Amino acid sequence: MLKYILKRIMLMIPAILATSFIIYFAMDMTGSDPATALAPDNATEEQIEQLREELGLNDPIFVRYGKYMMGMMKGDLGTSYVTKRDVFETFMTRLPNTIQLAFTAVFVATLIAVPLGIYTAIHQNTWKDTGGMVFALFGVSMPNFWLGMILIIIFSLNLKWFPSGAKGGPESLVLPAVTVGLGFAALITRTTRSAMLDVIRQDYMTTARAKGTGERDVIFKHGLRNALIPIITVIGMQLSNALTGSVLAETVFSWPGVGRLIVDSIAKRDTPMVTGAIIMSCVLMCVVNLAVDLIYAFFDPRIKAQYSQKG
Amino acid sequence: MVNAKSRSMGQETFRRLLKNKGAVCGMVFLVLLVLISIAAGFVYNYDTDIIAINMSQALQPPNANHWFGTDALGRDIFARMLYGARYSLIIGVGSVAIGLVIGVTLGAIAGFYGGFVDQMIMRTVDVFYSIPNIMIAVVIVSLLGTSTMNLLIALCFTCATSFTRIARASVMTIRDQEFVEAAYEIGLPTWKIILKHILPNCLSPIIVQVTLLIGTTIIAASSLSFLGIGVPLPAPEWGAMLSEGRQHIRDAAYMCIIPGLAIMFTVLALNLLGDGLRDALDPKMKR
Repeated sequence: MLKYILKRIMLMIPAILATSFIIYFAMDMTGSDPATALAPDNATEEQIEQLREELGLNDPIFVRYGKYMMGMMKGDLGTSYVTKRDVFETFMTRLPNTIQLAFTAVFVATLIAVPLGIYTAIHQNTWKDTGGMVFALFGVSMPNFWLGMILIIIFSLNLKWFPSGAKGGPESLVLPAVTVGLGFAALITRTTRSAMLDVIRQDYMTTARAKGTGERDVIFKHGLRNALIPIITVIGMQLSNALTGSVLAETVFSWPGVGRLIVDSIAKRDTPMVTGAIIMSCVLMCVVNLAVDLIYAFFDPRIKAQYSQKG
Repeated sequence: MVNAKSRSMGQETFRRLLKNKGAVCGMVFLVLLVLISIAAGFVYNYDTDIIAINMSQALQPPNANHWFGTDALGRDIFARMLYGARYSLIIGVGSVAIGLVIGVTLGAIAGFYGGFVDQMIMRTVDVFYSIPNIMIAVVIVSLLGTSTMNLLIALCFTCATSFTRIARASVMTIRDQEFVEAAYEIGLPTWKIILKHILPNCLSPIIVQVTLLIGTTIIAASSLSFLGIGVPLPAPEWGAMLSEGRQHIRDAAYMCIIPGLAIMFTVLALNLLGDGLRDALDPKMKR
């Protein structure tokens, strides 16, 4: 098992390198000049050129990229053009907010979707099933940011139950988490339903019932346990989406997360901030994906056995 | 029975599709939407009816003259919304079409040849797949600048990766079948075998994916416009209209509701049609 984890981490490195190089290269092509941005306003052309030389901007892109990645390992991603603050540090101050939102959203989604998925599967082809599926269909068809605005109009402006934005106490987390979570819930419901339908007619389910196991145990211990892999996959995917893609909810609710940081930095043409934040987000996504793969093993002994053999 | 035998696969699929109420509703809605977006170009003049500022009419709630009200610059939301259908449809269909051509070509090559070529293509796809969609779009738009065309290019990357995977998987299951070998034996060139014998047999999953991806792409396009990095103002793109509405969420909530409904129903129609197509193309899979 340990060998497998190490192997996966080794495989992750080229993926991170390729991804970050593409982003670095693309952002480099945007043609922003750090020297001009960092130099004082009254600097002469020679001074800017000198600064360019000092910053190593005249080096070939591979050299600069190498230095950049070395810097990243030490937690140095350069300085923002706009705020003049450390990019890595800024990213790290925003990250906890995004993590908090992502985990709460996925938690909300799971709480709604897994029971609903099981329920619709048990009542397949009845109006209960149809109702659940219509909910899921609307959920995947609705733009996330629009749902957020509707929730603000209803629960914040009219009912005044929750604040409409900015980070405050726990109540400020409710609307953003529900916004992000409902979209995910739709997908998780569909996956849970179809995974449950796959196992629900298996012979071992009948056997369990014949042995006199209670219906609840049949569904949860014999059914759900075997349907878990696709469900965990989709929850894991949603988690890595939430960590990198909740830009929209963050914008609607003025949530001070990483996504908001990236969009704001684009508007201000703050290239080092954009590059750093996007590369860090991708690294984060790789790590989460790996974690999800490893969690499978804990839920499915068959996969664990495979790993150990390969090991 | 005699009739059933004489139908082609396309006719048979279409017949099954017509039995699915959801899919029919979706189809009718989409046809109407296409007609509306074409008609909007004749009924409204872009410069005077869609983007012209008329401050005396600003922020009127829905009424007899302005069915959906007016926005902060006094522009009629109903007219802008009908006109906006064009942007969503063009971007959705356009980027999926480009993605389809690139993705299926790459996927077919990877699946057919296997080995090193396959590895090269699929590893590249994996890299793009591991970057979140919205980030790819953000990078490309900040590289090329904001315009409808650049948004279309940015979104076709995501579509292409998804088609590459599907096409590769389908081609791999089909390439070893007897009829492909037979085509080899009679000496057909490889490209002809891929194009005429393999791809037509992989169509079902690709058609379904096209429908569903157009929906996803429309949402992605409006999201990026909402963030201000999609279709540039003052074009009446639905996401951009919602972004303007957000400034007036307290005093003119209707601005935030109506364009969102348009996006939702369009995507809903596409999803209904996609689900219907999947059931019609592969009745065995139906649940």
